[in-house]
Amino acid sequence: MEPVDYIPRIRDNYARLGYKAYNWVVNRDIAPWAPLRKPLSQCRLGLAASGGIYVAGQVAFHYKDDTSHREIPTYVDAKVLRATHFAYDLSDARTDPNVVFPIDTLRRLVREGFLGGLADRFYTFMGGIYSSRRVTEDLAPRLTARFLEDGVDAVLLVPV
Amino acid sequence: MTSARDITRAVNPPRAAFLDFPLGHTTGKPHAPDLQRRILVEALSSFKTLTVPGSMKELPFLWSEDEEWKAKAFAEGDDRAPRHDTPQFQDGEDLRRAEVGGSPSLPFC
Repeated sequence: MEPVDYIPRIRDNYARLGYKAYNWVVNRDIAPWAPLRKPLSQCRLGLAASGGIYVAGQVAFHYKDDTSHREIPTYVDAKVLRATHFAYDLSDARTDPNVVFPIDTLRRLVREGFLGGLADRFYTFMGGIYSSRRVTEDLAPRLTARFLEDGVDAVLLVPV
Repeated sequence: MTSARDITRAVNPPRAAFLDFPLGHTTGKPHAPDLQRRILVEALSSFKTLTVPGSMKELPFLWSEDEEWKAKAFAEGDDRAPRHDTPQFQDGEDLRRAEVGGSPSLPFC
């Protein structure tokens, strides 16, 4: 079966509900390109995930254009990870955060030698930021600066 | 990674790996570590195998044989929670822990 086309489906559904149409981000330029210059087995990987994951003890995200981020140490025990979000079904992420924040999976790939290593910290934020301008001008450059500081070779982005 | 192929095509990132699963499962099914591993091995391999900007690799995994979930996703109504502008903790215990100062080793910005 073909994948769900979310843009027309959400547009039609919300139009029936009387909501204003959402302005989806459309980038028509050729995507910026940086080749990976080392084998994955020598790369240090960073991760940014939008599923609203935080560590018990941190302040949780809110649901209205929250552009803050959380640092998650990559030695974290997955049992203390929490999930909050207004727009997706959290039931699976709350029993196994690896479905939107693959921390155990990536640590396993490092143990197996498939990846060289992980950054000391991963970053999470709250998806569903309706202002793409705030993402482009605030959140994205802030996380990019962190990744450069953290010395990663590649970054895996995990949206929800 | 993405589970929304058309949205990611519109955003046009340098590389993408598409997993055709219901939203909320971008990197796999819960409590299925071997499947989660295979998904990430396939996805991360595309750092090497994709060589054209804007390419998307379609990952060879099915959520279910019947794919019934596809008929329901965002099809009608609105299941989203209200967009509160105060922290939305998973449970009250997390709120108490954050109020007593949380963990200084876990800053947030």
